[in-house]
Amino acid sequence: MARPTKAYIAGVYEHPTRKAVDKTIPQLHAELAAGALADAGLTKDDVDGFFCDGTGPGLGGISMAEYIGLDLKYTDCTETGGSSYIVHVGHAAQAIADGKCSVALISLAGRPRAEGLKTLGARTYGGPPEAGFEMSYGPAVVNTYAMVAMRHMHEFGTTSEQLAWIKVAASHHAQHNEHAVLRAVVTVEDVVNSPMIADPLHRLDCCVISDGGGALVMVSPEIAKSLGNRSVKVLGQGEAIKHLNAGQVDLTYTAGVTSGRIAFEEANLTPADMDYASIYDSFTITVLITLEDLGFCERGEGGKFVSDGNLISGIGKLPFNTDGGGLCNNHPSNRGSMTKVIEAVRQLRGEAHPAVQVPDCTLALAHGTGGQIGTRSGSATVILGRNDA
Amino acid sequence: MSQMERTYSDPDINMETAVYWESAKNGKLLVKTCKACGKLHYYPRTICPHCLSSDTDWVEASGKGTIYTYSVMRRTETPYVIAYVTLEEGVTMLSNIVECDVDGVAVGQTVEVVFRDTEGGHSLPVFRPA
Repeated sequence: MARPTKAYIAGVYEHPTRKAVDKTIPQLHAELAAGALADAGLTKDDVDGFFCDGTGPGLGGISMAEYIGLDLKYTDCTETGGSSYIVHVGHAAQAIADGKCSVALISLAGRPRAEGLKTLGARTYGGPPEAGFEMSYGPAVVNTYAMVAMRHMHEFGTTSEQLAWIKVAASHHAQHNEHAVLRAVVTVEDVVNSPMIADPLHRLDCCVISDGGGALVMVSPEIAKSLGNRSVKVLGQGEAIKHLNAGQVDLTYTAGVTSGRIAFEEANLTPADMDYASIYDSFTITVLITLEDLGFCERGEGGKFVSDGNLISGIGKLPFNTDGGGLCNNHPSNRGSMTKVIEAVRQLRGEAHPAVQVPDCTLALAHGTGGQIGTRSGSATVILGRNDA
Repeated sequence: MSQMERTYSDPDINMETAVYWESAKNGKLLVKTCKACGKLHYYPRTICPHCLSSDTDWVEASGKGTIYTYSVMRRTETPYVIAYVTLEEGVTMLSNIVECDVDGVAVGQTVEVVFRDTEGGHSLPVFRPA
């Protein structure tokens, strides 16, 4: 039997901008807070808990809380890259259950596009102990994910065409999203014929770069009740990390194996129960390996699972990323799990675009990945349920 | 066709890893072993990541290994091959594959260590087809 619901997501807001040349990051945070609170039917003064990642300007969350004007009893700035916001959902649920706060604001904002941030070159870490043994070799974001794809192809016979189906599905959804960076429907041929970036990943295997962000408002069951029936239940959450394990390297799975198991156990549900899934999609391979990790299919069967439109809403068995995901819609601050939660909430409220709305969507999953699955990364999974679930 | 090679940036060297980089200048690839638990690890630390013993020691690797996975970075001035190489000794390290046809690299390929000068005159272990 499922445990009692610790907390609800009462408000969500995805910033409509995809290029924020005329806005600062603190300004984006404040606009996101206003949007999510309005969506929840709450005000700034109701907020007593604040969660942001390590990219929020200033010391922890304090400067952002000051800018927004928050009077807080609780803050948490856990940083696990793009998976941070689903980590925050779990931490906020627990803080609310423990009575540490009752209205938690979770916020992400960034402007990599306006700032011209390069993701293709070698990253500069500055400091971590592994840097001396990696940076001279030119690891970028794309070629470390590419090495995961290459190994998957070698071990399981996964093909570029199978990976391409993931982008095809995302594009079918993005055509209905007026804010999406890429709205054109693409074919498997379009993807595999797009320029090779880092073998075996093509340009269309990669997500977009965009500015903006998103915010969530989480509340206690009592407050959720007072706000009507649009709030969504947090039924289970899990988080985990993975690294290169002292040189015993296995790139055929991510920490999603652990985060997913914990989340499903807490919710007392299984992958087969999910009506919809938001899966972080920095690259097509990220989705394929995550679906295996979470148990939507067997290890090595991801290629078969995603093929032939199986992820397209209305066509396939597992509608995914119906906003167009990071592959086509939005990838603010190069971090993906915030928008994943937002679209899952839209689905459970019946507020997704009618062309992609899953009928009678009752149970949904959102999964985030942070860092690089080819080196070290964090994974977080949340299981959400409709108000009457 | 053999690849043009890019310029290699200097490694970040500290007191835990200075011996590794000094040995590289002498054409030796070192890994760390632990006298307490007997296990090898990479990247090298003073404290064993298997058992937390401080009784770790350097050992010279044979320099031979196989490619666990790789990718050819195309969107850059000089395309290059990044790879994980599993050494004969059983640990896997990030590196580059050089002196090769970038379109002919394969998972499982046998490779051997060679060294390249970095911008500041350090010596970086990379691998070529054996």
